[in-house]
Amino acid sequence: MIELANVRKVFNAGNPNEFSALNDVSLSISENRVTVLTGPSGSGKTTLLSIVGCMSRPSAGRVRLSGREISSLPERFLTEIRRKTFGFIFQQPNLIKGLTVLENVMLPAYPLGEKRSLLKEKAMKGLHSLNIGAKASAKVEWLSGGEAQRTAIVRALINNPTIIIADEPTAHLDTKLSYRFMEIVERFKDEGKTVIITSHDPLVYESSMVDRVVILRDGKIEGKPS
Amino acid sequence: MILHPTVIANLLGSSVATGMVVYAAYHGAQILKHWNLQSGAELQLVLERKTYLISTLLSYVFGLQLLSLFLFVFTADSLTPLFVGAMCAAGTLNVNGFGYPTLVLKIVNFLLAGLWLVLNHADNLGYDYPLIKKKYLLLVIIAPFIVLETVLEGAYFFGMHADVITSCCGSLFSSEKSGDLGSDLASLPSIPMMWAFYATMALTLLVGGYCYLKGKAGYAYPVLSGLAFLVALASVISFISLYIYELPTHHCPFCIIMQDYSYIGYLLYLLLFGAVVFGMGVGALLPFRELESLRGLLPALIGRLTFVSVFLYFIFTSIVTYEIVFSNLIM
Amino acid sequence: MKEWIEKQSYIIDFTLSSLLRRKVKNFGLLALYTLIVFILASVMFFTYSIKKEASLILKNSPEIIVQKVMAGRHELFPASHVEALKKIRGASSVQPRLWGYYFDSYAGANYTLLVPPLEDETPPTTGKITVVENEEGSAAKPAQPLFRFHGAELQPGTLIIGQGVARARNTAPGDFMPFRAMDGTILNLRIADVLSSESELVSSDLILMTEDDFRKLFGIGKEFVTDVTVAVSNAREVTTVAAKIVKILPDSRPIVRDEILRTYDSIFNWRGGMMIVIFSAAVLAFVIFAWDKASGLSAGERREIGILKAVGWETSDVIQMKFWEGAVISLTAFFSGVILAYIHVFFTGSMVFEPALKGWSNLYPHFALKPFVSLEQLTTLFILTVVPYTVATIVPTWRAATIDPDSAMRNTGE
Repeated sequence: MIELANVRKVFNAGNPNEFSALNDVSLSISENRVTVLTGPSGSGKTTLLSIVGCMSRPSAGRVRLSGREISSLPERFLTEIRRKTFGFIFQQPNLIKGLTVLENVMLPAYPLGEKRSLLKEKAMKGLHSLNIGAKASAKVEWLSGGEAQRTAIVRALINNPTIIIADEPTAHLDTKLSYRFMEIVERFKDEGKTVIITSHDPLVYESSMVDRVVILRDGKIEGKPS
Repeated sequence: MILHPTVIANLLGSSVATGMVVYAAYHGAQILKHWNLQSGAELQLVLERKTYLISTLLSYVFGLQLLSLFLFVFTADSLTPLFVGAMCAAGTLNVNGFGYPTLVLKIVNFLLAGLWLVLNHADNLGYDYPLIKKKYLLLVIIAPFIVLETVLEGAYFFGMHADVITSCCGSLFSSEKSGDLGSDLASLPSIPMMWAFYATMALTLLVGGYCYLKGKAGYAYPVLSGLAFLVALASVISFISLYIYELPTHHCPFCIIMQDYSYIGYLLYLLLFGAVVFGMGVGALLPFRELESLRGLLPALIGRLTFVSVFLYFIFTSIVTYEIVFSNLIM
Repeated sequence: MKEWIEKQSYIIDFTLSSLLRRKVKNFGLLALYTLIVFILASVMFFTYSIKKEASLILKNSPEIIVQKVMAGRHELFPASHVEALKKIRGASSVQPRLWGYYFDSYAGANYTLLVPPLEDETPPTTGKITVVENEEGSAAKPAQPLFRFHGAELQPGTLIIGQGVARARNTAPGDFMPFRAMDGTILNLRIADVLSSESELVSSDLILMTEDDFRKLFGIGKEFVTDVTVAVSNAREVTTVAAKIVKILPDSRPIVRDEILRTYDSIFNWRGGMMIVIFSAAVLAFVIFAWDKASGLSAGERREIGILKAVGWETSDVIQMKFWEGAVISLTAFFSGVILAYIHVFFTGSMVFEPALKGWSNLYPHFALKPFVSLEQLTTLFILTVVPYTVATIVPTWRAATIDPDSAMRNTGE
């Protein structure tokens, strides 16, 4: 589904502090599978994730999404594709303080100009499915860590994406919440979604529902065990 | 120079618009030189970000041009008392040789900015920025016009000297200045002009309507809409103003935007300007119909532009007809 | 189209809540912005309405004033010349005038002394109607003098004084006012009445007296008058008549009313313009401040925009949001500033400016200006305030909007 061919990402090109985060990476990610990217810090995991998720463009190489080449698309179109296809879950919930849970969840859909009542309904449904419907009008500062994480997940799902991307999702969660998170991942898989996770938490990459683990080191992929 | 607050505002507005366009053109030139969509290098990303800046700047310039166009006429009107023989804005603009050229350039620059925005909008629809080079080339061409406009405007305002008493010992001097500042505008004969106006409008509306409904697009409509614009302006001077003022001799196209006539001129001019920008915008897009990334989307855009242009011309004609029918003037 | 509207409403919602979340920073900006608009608007309203008042008043003055000039200075006009003026074709009415200045050392003020035109003189038939203070019913009366007194005839030995004079000397009708005549004697005149306060702008320093008292006070014989007014019924003839006057009386200077009007207009324009130029320093300072504020995004704001971009907002969406931010602040500041300025100038008599305007004048009139606000003034204000602010924030706004969505991914702190 997602294909990377000879992808390279260089930062600060031409300057003395030029540094290349990814070097000649070729990768193929299959549909409806859970893929985990792992490796030591500085190996380029986050960079790779951001390229896979249409958040940034490679310095060289090609990226294809469902056969369509997206590496040279202007930002406007890239964002449109990203909005429709991907849902992001970050390390931190990254919610906007001062807004309520409901407002935060609806945020990604604002640029689409959907009718407010429909959008609200969608949002409430999502919140209920993760058991935080009761907190819809609470300000996000007052949520617990787990509730915040779940709000972030609902937000990622608001536009009904087919691919879920999560960056170190269990980094700030305790064991119980981490297991809960993996249960949600299983649910995604059952719904036919594709999941890509970066993690160096064994709880994640040794989990039974993971279909493939990709190891990154110094910007290159190391072997392909599962 | 006449240090009137409104004059200051005019000069400020023009200078700001010029500054923005020159700045935008400078960045545009960079894009022209280095643009390469296939490259993922940082320079390309920086250039892509710059396009947003330029679009934003040009949108503001477009709005500012419209505002400063109307303010220019207001200023000319309010400075009328200072000049012997000037009856209204038309006279003030004649005070030196720069008045009318500045006005004409302001209108032209407004239209150019509008056309650029239409091109920009179309460019954004294509997934590979198909019109990018042409767009910025156009911008680089527009820039000197805006600079020229500000220079002319400066020459106009700095070159005007009020006919005032300069010394308590000085005596009558206004007799040396004989009357008229040519406030009477050259106008074409009214009745033939009326026929010409209605004929042009009818043709324009019909061709436009046909193009829109049949989904055809050709140069006929853009050319006609440009022609209709000029004919309409000439008509305002020639006969439309007469009916609004209810005076067979008052041909001034500027007084109709004043309070005394319920600001009707605003509406008429806004409709006209809108109609011609959209109409000629169609013409600007026609050469690019066959580009791959735009092929599917351009016809719809052209259709929308045609529709809006026709609609605005229609409303303009209706209001003009209303004014003529309900005016107290019988010709 | 509907989606576009809905989208704008979402963005406006977000913008408003975003502004409210940073009350302190935005409030400071808003206050300064409003202040700038307030000052400029006050200056403009004041200048324009005084200018309008002056032109309204001057419209009623006669078309030509003829004075005698000797070696570049104004001299008394020989009364014998008046007949010659009356003979000029086109001059519809010729009225000799007696007026002068008197310095009162007690109050430290200069008064204008005037002999009002006698009732049996043919009133000027210019056909122009004087309506000075919106008095209903006075439209049909022939040209009235610009001051109003209750029609009581001026008796010899009495005065009718303006409000400013009454204040400066702290007197009232019934009191006596001494004058030092040219021959050294003291002339004691009784104050019969005070001029109305509506006409204060023109009559504040005015004192009306009879012709005999005037001539006695200043030692001016019957053969002289101060100057002569000539009314001309046909506006196009004014310059011709003036030229004829100069021909018949080579030592005279005719002052044409339209020239005075133009000159006054110019003076007020110049004063208004001068003030704007001076305040431009303040506007510039404000613009730099605004630019700085817009450029200096706090870490929190940067984070927010990063999140927005990461969840799917495009650069143009963020630019739209910033546009609405600017629009809300600008419109609030603009309207508040204009309304406050309106109240300031037309209801409190520009009390902030009063010390600067009054200077050391001892006879400053109390007057309420008639409100006069035009679209031209508002557009000028808009271009002098909102446009510089908006332009200063374009580049900082764009920089903010082009924050990488990536940054939200890499954000591991907070």
